[in-house]
Amino acid sequence: MDKTLPDLATAVAGVTDGMTVMIGGFGGSGAPIELIHALIDRFLATGHPRDLTVINNNAGNGHVGLAALIETGMVRKLICSFPRSADPVVFTERYLAGQIELELVPQGTLAERIRAGGAGIPAFYTPTGYGTDLAHGKKIEEFDGRAYVQERWLKADVALVKAHHGDRLGNLTYRMAARNFNPLMCMAASTTIVQVSRILPPGGIDPESVITPGIFVQGLVLVENPAQEEDLNRAGARYPEAAL
Amino acid sequence: MTAKLTPTQIAWRAAQDIADGAYVNLGIGFPEMVARFQPPGRQAIFHTENGILGFGEAPAPGAEDWDLINAGKKAVTLKPGTAFFHHADSFAMVRGGHLDVAILGAYEVAETGDLANWSTGPKGVPAVGGAMDLVHGAKRVAVITDHVTKDGKPKLLKRCTLPLTGVACVTRVYSSLAVIDIEDGHFVLREKLPSLSLSDLQSLTGAELHIPAPVQDLVTPDL
Repeated sequence: MDKTLPDLATAVAGVTDGMTVMIGGFGGSGAPIELIHALIDRFLATGHPRDLTVINNNAGNGHVGLAALIETGMVRKLICSFPRSADPVVFTERYLAGQIELELVPQGTLAERIRAGGAGIPAFYTPTGYGTDLAHGKKIEEFDGRAYVQERWLKADVALVKAHHGDRLGNLTYRMAARNFNPLMCMAASTTIVQVSRILPPGGIDPESVITPGIFVQGLVLVENPAQEEDLNRAGARYPEAAL
Repeated sequence: MTAKLTPTQIAWRAAQDIADGAYVNLGIGFPEMVARFQPPGRQAIFHTENGILGFGEAPAPGAEDWDLINAGKKAVTLKPGTAFFHHADSFAMVRGGHLDVAILGAYEVAETGDLANWSTGPKGVPAVGGAMDLVHGAKRVAVITDHVTKDGKPKLLKRCTLPLTGVACVTRVYSSLAVIDIEDGHFVLREKLPSLSLSDLQSLTGAELHIPAPVQDLVTPDL
């Protein structure tokens, strides 16, 4: 078995119109910039995929990565906890113009909904959000004298994830705090595509060090020197470069 | 014009109550300042929502590693004993009652312990982040805040008027004028600036201050 894919274009070929796509990362850390840009390339060449529902903690920063995906008009709805950043202009303008739908989810609830999706748990109860606007319309139940909000699982058609090292079976490690939502999203999507900076033979990752076991991964693509969103933004980068 | 503590002095005061070895989450922005004022001999272990326990201070400009950031997306550093984990584990630490203290900012705090700190109303783009999670689970949920708004209106109220972050969650308020506990649905005054009379403090507070024990002087270094 070898889950390695030949290139980025092949890696994102399975994303089609109307899909729900989880995109890993917290801000720029752990964001699969090259996979996102490959998706944009396909849209610019073919007009697809479009009408995507994207699940990410944020809503992009500047004009690269997730912000660029939104800027090209491919995203119909965003599910996130914090659609603000140093430069949130792309999402802000589209949201205020009514061009993109937002489902705002508390960050821990977002993480747990994704975990639940991957773990086969259709709903769970959390204290988070009880008594607030974000619990509106949700089932409330009392356990041991305290009120909790029922939250539903989140699943996706595809997850686009950034890991550090991967072996050909899909076992993954992450780099420092770039882990964040990535291991959860690997579990919660029908198809998980991962960009890694190194692909190793089976056994190349110490089993004790595996963070995401390969069962959660369908495809791996090599991006040896991945861009960091923060560096791109400090350099004033835009994707695609010609777009204004 | 009433004398009041600077934000730095409020942060200093809050830091004095953090025990050695405590697991602490500091909210984005102003609360992050609390980390600078740990008393000598005490070392708290700081948690950040994006999956780090025991991180260190900011690196020198140019030495940032953008895979090593805090919840405010600012670069931090490693320390001996740092641990990384994914987001679901991170919020298990929060909701699961494992943190000793969470220190947050506030727009409004009610005598019931209700907190409003995420939204100023329906205008603009709403954003909540981890605020609604952080108010549940930590053994102590403290707020650091100016005692009044920029317009001089009380931020400590009978009931919040802005959208709530959480219900009955705040246990202590460190304000620019006083230290106030929230117990059984009341503001209980513990410390106040010595230059401020009780009646002046009450007039700047939107709900009754209860005083079951002698009020201590709130004294901080010049910071």
